[in-house]
Amino acid sequence: MNRLAMTLPGLELKNPIMPASGCFGFGKEYGNLYDLSQLGAIMIKATTEETRYGNPTPRVAETSSGMLNAIGLQNPGLQGVLNNELPWLEKFDVPIIANVAGSETADYVEVAKQISKAPNVHALELNISCPNVKCGGILFGTDPEIAKELTAAVKAVSSVPVYVKLSPNVTDIKAMALAVEAGGADGITMINTLVGMRLDERTGKPVIANKTGGLSGPAIKPVAIRMVYEVSQVVTIPIIGMGGVTCVQDVVDFMSAGASAVAVGTANFVDPFVCPTIIEQLPARLDELGIDHISELVGRSHRI
Amino acid sequence: MIIQDLMIVASQQEIAKNIFEMKLTGKLVGEITSPGQFVHIRVSDSFEPLLRRPISIAEISPEKNEMTIIYRAEGRGTSLLSEKREGDVVNVLGPLGNGFPVEETSAGQTAVLIGGGIGVPPLYELSKQLTANGVNCIHILGFESDQVVFYEEEFAALGETYIATVDGSNGTQGFVTNVMSEISDDFETFYSCGPMPMLDAVQKAYVHKKGFLSFEQRMGCGIGACFACVCHTNENATDQAYVKVCSDGPVFPAGVVQI
Repeated sequence: MNRLAMTLPGLELKNPIMPASGCFGFGKEYGNLYDLSQLGAIMIKATTEETRYGNPTPRVAETSSGMLNAIGLQNPGLQGVLNNELPWLEKFDVPIIANVAGSETADYVEVAKQISKAPNVHALELNISCPNVKCGGILFGTDPEIAKELTAAVKAVSSVPVYVKLSPNVTDIKAMALAVEAGGADGITMINTLVGMRLDERTGKPVIANKTGGLSGPAIKPVAIRMVYEVSQVVTIPIIGMGGVTCVQDVVDFMSAGASAVAVGTANFVDPFVCPTIIEQLPARLDELGIDHISELVGRSHRI
Repeated sequence: MIIQDLMIVASQQEIAKNIFEMKLTGKLVGEITSPGQFVHIRVSDSFEPLLRRPISIAEISPEKNEMTIIYRAEGRGTSLLSEKREGDVVNVLGPLGNGFPVEETSAGQTAVLIGGGIGVPPLYELSKQLTANGVNCIHILGFESDQVVFYEEEFAALGETYIATVDGSNGTQGFVTNVMSEISDDFETFYSCGPMPMLDAVQKAYVHKKGFLSFEQRMGCGIGACFACVCHTNENATDQAYVKVCSDGPVFPAGVVQI
């Protein structure tokens, strides 16, 4: 028995650990450092229909136990990803979750339709929560009705299950989760970054050229845990949890809160080997907790 | 190959005001392929501060598995690094990026090396390798003031060396460009590392020469995955062409990166 294996819609995971979108590029850089087949899955960088350069620099700023970023969905565009990035990943035995972004419904639908046909794409992650682009993204992520309609439109064309990535920058995260579930989402990924700002100590002006950026890293973990805890009690679809994961205990926490799998984001920048390290350490941690199979952790925070 | 190495501090000393020279030993040194490459250092075992600090390599001694880094203790991260003592362990990721092409200057030719402030260190290993190849090196090094001048004698031992300080407390008063306008342009190649305005001035002054510039940019991962350190290139007018300073650079031929 593989005590780390988890089955989610479209995804047979040999373990529940995967790098989060935007923190792993399209895998090549990390593929030079270790065998990507060790990973449960890979969430590749957001893909838009057209090539995007993204925002001006500076694009990142360090904060207390975290960082702000405003990259702006830089990516080579749908055709570039289909022709160059995804084929390169085929040599690894790992399912790909393709993050899909756009400015309007038609963009999301077009990207979803085509990218979901790629042989190694086993699921889509609908990016309705990027805080760093001027149109689209966050608007879809803050209005339940719009999010539901977009989910349904993408579901109608996708060849693989659709997960929706929720933004924490909302008043009621449960309402958003219920809306995308009603729209036909097969799963939820959460949370994206929290909108923040850092000012230059001398000039008093925002450090990041985009002025605001998305806060990630250990600083946001308690917010993410709380949201996974709340959402997992109101939806029936599985959750891939993320937000400040750096170590094996963070994975245990997210699964206890209600996540069925866990993504690692910013920690990849600090320690590029963090994902394989966590995977290696998980069985020993399960032993310490007296748990046979990792699925026993899921939702134990609110299980009766 | 990029590795994560737990390197040992062989020595650390303040060589000018807030400028530290740290020698580190470890197998990572054997992976360094060219001067101008850099390393990404975790200054703390905790997540405070969170990100690594990119620091250039000033000198390598492969026979001792030792490298020298020179950095300015300015913010929280580099200040913590400056507190490391002999025997301490430092988590280092590297070597990263593509360094200066030494082979672009042949024996008997002359190269001008222009550095500004904390951009000076990688030029030292570069000059060592160039002079070992029989290249005549001229160094032009700019600093704020005499208080922060370092390695003047070390560079002078390798070739002609000119210092410029903004306040005139050492060498020529002004910038590296003030020295450049006074020396002969009878040279084949230039190599430069320093702040963006300096690189721009150097590139414009030597527009007909073959040259290589090393860039600085805020970085996240240091390996090309996060897209924090991108720069536009002059390749076309579509606004879509870019390079990543960390993994495509930090050294680029003059004229490639939009300044």
